[in-house]
Amino acid sequence: MLQIENLTKTFGANTAVDAASIHVAKPAMIGIIGRSGAGKSTLLRMLNRLTDATSGAITFEGQDVTTLRGTAKRNWQSQCAMIFQQFNLVPRMDVVSNVLHGTLNRRNTLATMFNLYPTSDIHRAIEILERLGIAEHAPKRAEALSGGQQQRVAIARALMQDPKIILADEPIASLDPMNAQVVMQSLRQIHEEDGRMVIANLHTLDTARRYCDRVIGMRAGRIVFDGTPAQLTTGVARDIYGADETFSEAATSTEIETLNEEVAKLADIAESV
Amino acid sequence: MGNQHRSQIEADYMAQVRSKRMMNGILLIVFVALFVGGFATANDRNAGGFWNGLPMLFDFPADVISEAISRAHLIPGYLAKYLPSLIETINIAGAATLVGAIVGLVFSLLVTRGLAPAPWLVGPLRRVLDVLRAVPEIVIALVLIFILGGGPVPAMIAIALHTVGALGKLFSEVNENASLKPVEGLASVGASWTQRMWLGVIPQVSPNYFSYALLRFEINIRASAILGFVGAGGIGYDLRNTMSWGQGKFDEAAAIFLLLFLTIVIVDQLSSYVRAHLTHGRTMSEKLA
Repeated sequence: MLQIENLTKTFGANTAVDAASIHVAKPAMIGIIGRSGAGKSTLLRMLNRLTDATSGAITFEGQDVTTLRGTAKRNWQSQCAMIFQQFNLVPRMDVVSNVLHGTLNRRNTLATMFNLYPTSDIHRAIEILERLGIAEHAPKRAEALSGGQQQRVAIARALMQDPKIILADEPIASLDPMNAQVVMQSLRQIHEEDGRMVIANLHTLDTARRYCDRVIGMRAGRIVFDGTPAQLTTGVARDIYGADETFSEAATSTEIETLNEEVAKLADIAESV
Repeated sequence: MGNQHRSQIEADYMAQVRSKRMMNGILLIVFVALFVGGFATANDRNAGGFWNGLPMLFDFPADVISEAISRAHLIPGYLAKYLPSLIETINIAGAATLVGAIVGLVFSLLVTRGLAPAPWLVGPLRRVLDVLRAVPEIVIALVLIFILGGGPVPAMIAIALHTVGALGKLFSEVNENASLKPVEGLASVGASWTQRMWLGVIPQVSPNYFSYALLRFEINIRASAILGFVGAGGIGYDLRNTMSWGQGKFDEAAAIFLLLFLTIVIVDQLSSYVRAHLTHGRTMSEKLA
């Protein structure tokens, strides 16, 4: 279904992604883990064509995506929704309008400039918002919502695109643990109920373990692990994160319980200083 | 929850959409009416009439260009001849922009709500800026020339006063978009107002200040050239003379236009170069990452 072959991206002398190859046969929920700067974001951005690859190829259902230009490229982008760490909504527009932006690729530019959308689309947008549990915020400005709610609006925008793939770039890195859980559960639910492929960059191990069918580990631009969550042993994780024996899974956790342990540990350190 | 609930939300939102669409429609009608009405009024008052005059619009530029082309070999000499007056004009504009920007910066911080040390002064100081912008610089220059006599100094003062009004307003709008968090951070360590502004606000806004100041410099070059028409010296004085000599002498006017154009191009290029360095210490892709 999705083939990524030797995908490489260089920024000047730096290689952000180094000959990455990934094959996906059927829609799955895939988590990409690794330290910040490992090339996870660049990989996703190349998939959506926000960033152009230096070399290598992405093929989706037999179509070479990397060479698309103009309308064809924008068509691909509409099939391959993106969710960002900082939500990337239009803050001063209302929630439903932000969700309707998911249909921009299909609509006439002039009509959308005057915010004219078909009533059926508006109803569908509200339906999606209801599915994500934020329908009552429909008429509010996006900026008036909390981070977790804004991220769900961003997911609603992605769903409005009716995409084949949803790419999520650190979707929970700006959220508190409770909201992170809601957002991850929504993504999992979308994968299970709609059968869409979800690829999420995550920097915490336990999130990847908990929600994903397949985990890909990246280190310094290279793919160093590709397997099931069960195969992801502490040793492998240390390798991905380039850490020594003191590394524990809790160090990358956003779970409330483990987080509390970490906080307690930090408090100990603070006291001993 | 359920369908009942959702249909209520849908109905409410559709009502909101309808009223927004209605407002947009009304605004569009008002805009078109103003445009058509304004055009008709202006055309009625015009001695010649817009449509009748339109074909003649290009006569003067055509004369200037055709004469300039027929005597192209003389142009380099004229460029050298008028360079000193151009430098005088740029000098007037530069001094006026510098003085205006510095005073405007202080004003802008005093009239930005949230930053102003004396909130009750915001209103009165804004009115002062309004006055400075409202009076055309040519009027100030004429008064000053009457008092101080002709020359570059009255022109410089006149342009600087207008610049204070214009940049004070633009800078304060930039200040409004600056984040107050760093200012709060500095306040928490016991910094004075001047320290908070200089170390907390200015680093955030300086690239925008700079580009507005350079835009103003461009405008001021033109303004200082125009003030030459009323006796403030510089290239405007020469331009008035060459233009009033009439047909057959337009080649010198063309050379002066060329000098002014080149100056604006150079200032524009310089400003985008410096601005790129100020804002893109980080590159665009790093900003997005």
